[in-house]
Amino acid sequence: MANYQEIIDTYKDLPGGLIEAYHAIQREYSYIPEEAVFAAAQAFNIPKAEAYGVATFYSYLKVGKRGKNVIRICESAPCHIAGADKVVAALEKELGIKMGESTADGVFALEFAECVGQCQATPVITVNCKPYFDVTPEKIPTILAEYK
Amino acid sequence: MAEEMRIVLRNLDKIDPLKIDDYLAVGGYKSLQKARTMSRLEVIEEVKKSGLRGRGGAGFNCGMKWSFSYNIDSDQKYVVCNADEGEPGTYKDRIIMENDPQTLLEGMAICGYAIGSNKGYIYCRGEYPYVVEILNQAIAQAKGKGVLGDFDIEVRMGAGAYVCGEESALIESIEGHRGEPRFKPPFPPVEGLWGKPTIVNNVETFANIPVILEKGGDWYKGIGAASYPGTKVLTLTGDVVNRTFVEVPTNTTIREVIYGFGGGIIGGKNFKAVQIGGTSGGFIPEAFLDTPIDFDSMTAIGAVLGSGAVFVMDETRDIVDVVERIAKFFEHESCGKCTPCREGTKRMHEMMHNVNSGTARAGDLDLMEKLGGVMGVACLCGLGQAAPAPVLTTLKHFRTDYAAKFN
Ligand SMILES: Cc1cc2nc3c(=O)[nH]c(=O)nc-3n(C[C@H](O)[C@H](O)[C@H](O)COP(=O)(O)O)c2cc1C
Ligand code: SF4
Ligand code: FES
Repeated sequence: MANYQEIIDTYKDLPGGLIEAYHAIQREYSYIPEEAVFAAAQAFNIPKAEAYGVATFYSYLKVGKRGKNVIRICESAPCHIAGADKVVAALEKELGIKMGESTADGVFALEFAECVGQCQATPVITVNCKPYFDVTPEKIPTILAEYK
Repeated sequence: MAEEMRIVLRNLDKIDPLKIDDYLAVGGYKSLQKARTMSRLEVIEEVKKSGLRGRGGAGFNCGMKWSFSYNIDSDQKYVVCNADEGEPGTYKDRIIMENDPQTLLEGMAICGYAIGSNKGYIYCRGEYPYVVEILNQAIAQAKGKGVLGDFDIEVRMGAGAYVCGEESALIESIEGHRGEPRFKPPFPPVEGLWGKPTIVNNVETFANIPVILEKGGDWYKGIGAASYPGTKVLTLTGDVVNRTFVEVPTNTTIREVIYGFGGGIIGGKNFKAVQIGGTSGGFIPEAFLDTPIDFDSMTAIGAVLGSGAVFVMDETRDIVDVVERIAKFFEHESCGKCTPCREGTKRMHEMMHNVNSGTARAGDLDLMEKLGGVMGVACLCGLGQAAPAPVLTTLKHFRTDYAAKFN
């Protein structure tokens, strides 16, 4: 696994590259370690508060540990009326955690999302940004099995 | 029935999007070549003549916008493509980029030539990493062929903030900051990315440009509605038989969209409402279904064309519940920079929740109307200004649904 300092160093000369650096860190870790925020502040020569402010502004960025595979459930209106709440219930039951939590083995994190732009097949969930279509509670075990 | 008309999606299913040779074989990059034989001003005049207005929601005249940047002397100018596509129910920019990325690059390069810019950015939403890959491949191929000349394009990825679709917030985000909208003026064409003149246009807007250069502004002007010519790509969601995308001339009516292209309501149920333009759009009752979808006709009925999302609800849907969900969206997506929106979206969601759960107090509906009115004028950016629209339009057209929650 690439060290976050190495990742930050590859982006530090890119104008406005802080967010790209955070994305790259998340591709490795699935989250941004808190120390990486401080390292980024130093590399980009900005106050820690600003580096932290950016990292916490965006819903796809997460400071602090979370599960390796991030499951997001779209709850925007088209997915909402298509039964996103049933999918939420099925995921919570199957994984034994609540929305916003990660499984104890660190394999999955469960998060709400707004529209992920795949509204031709609602309700939609994504795992590590890969979309799954017309999701029903029955489909959940098969989807999760891909990541176990 | 009205016919589909493909301008921005003209190459859909006809070329392999990842093969630039396919694009070149159907005349790709001829428009950029042609533009470069014209003067910069002639290019801008041609775009103005077409009457093309922005497809990202605000409907600003495209050629006019370009002329603002053209008129400024600057050592550096930027062309930015807004591919943030955050309006719930919208995926038309994804369809364009997945199926014909080169047409977007060509449109941006034409803009670069016209305003005198050698650097473009595509700000693609973080939800679309697979689209980012397609774009990067397309850019590499275009550079390999040398078709872009000295115009460079770089892709930057958003990170799940709806407000970053607002052009000045988007610029802040490319600069590596929190995506908070700027005070305007100055507007981006004058002072944008890193303080330089910057044209921000939507994906669909850019995708129209090569065709306008090829066939001429007069040809384009003759399509669809006179005040908002051309086509619009719509995405149909909700209780409609065909949940799909269509590209139609802008004088197509809402009824033709839902009952023609959409195939009507699922299960033969009755229509209740349609929300057009995304989650910030107004709700439209049956009485207005014969309205054409163009920008000005939609505004005239108190609705918007917006991103072109068409979210259909049948007679069984609980409008108040849907609007509560939407109010939660805005509370979540408010960037917090200005008080009327930060507090307003929170209170609006709170009241909608109370109404929906039967715990609202008499007078809450009036309070919601009052709050919505204040937000419409007092919020800094379009997010807060448009946030009350779903509440206000449903209070107007579906008030009995609200009243029923008080029983
Ligand atoms: C909250 C908010 C979200 C927006 N989201 C988008 C978006 O996702 N895509 C887009 O092209 N324009 C969006 N816009 C409109 C942009 O600010 C801007 O008007 C547009 O990108 C200009 O391009 P156009 O003239 O080609 O439409 C949004 C505006 C607001 C206020
Ligand atoms: S209106 Fe809302 S989103 Fe826009 S600047 Fe104000 S707080 Fe931010
Ligand atoms: S509304 Fe859920 S994917 Fe668009």
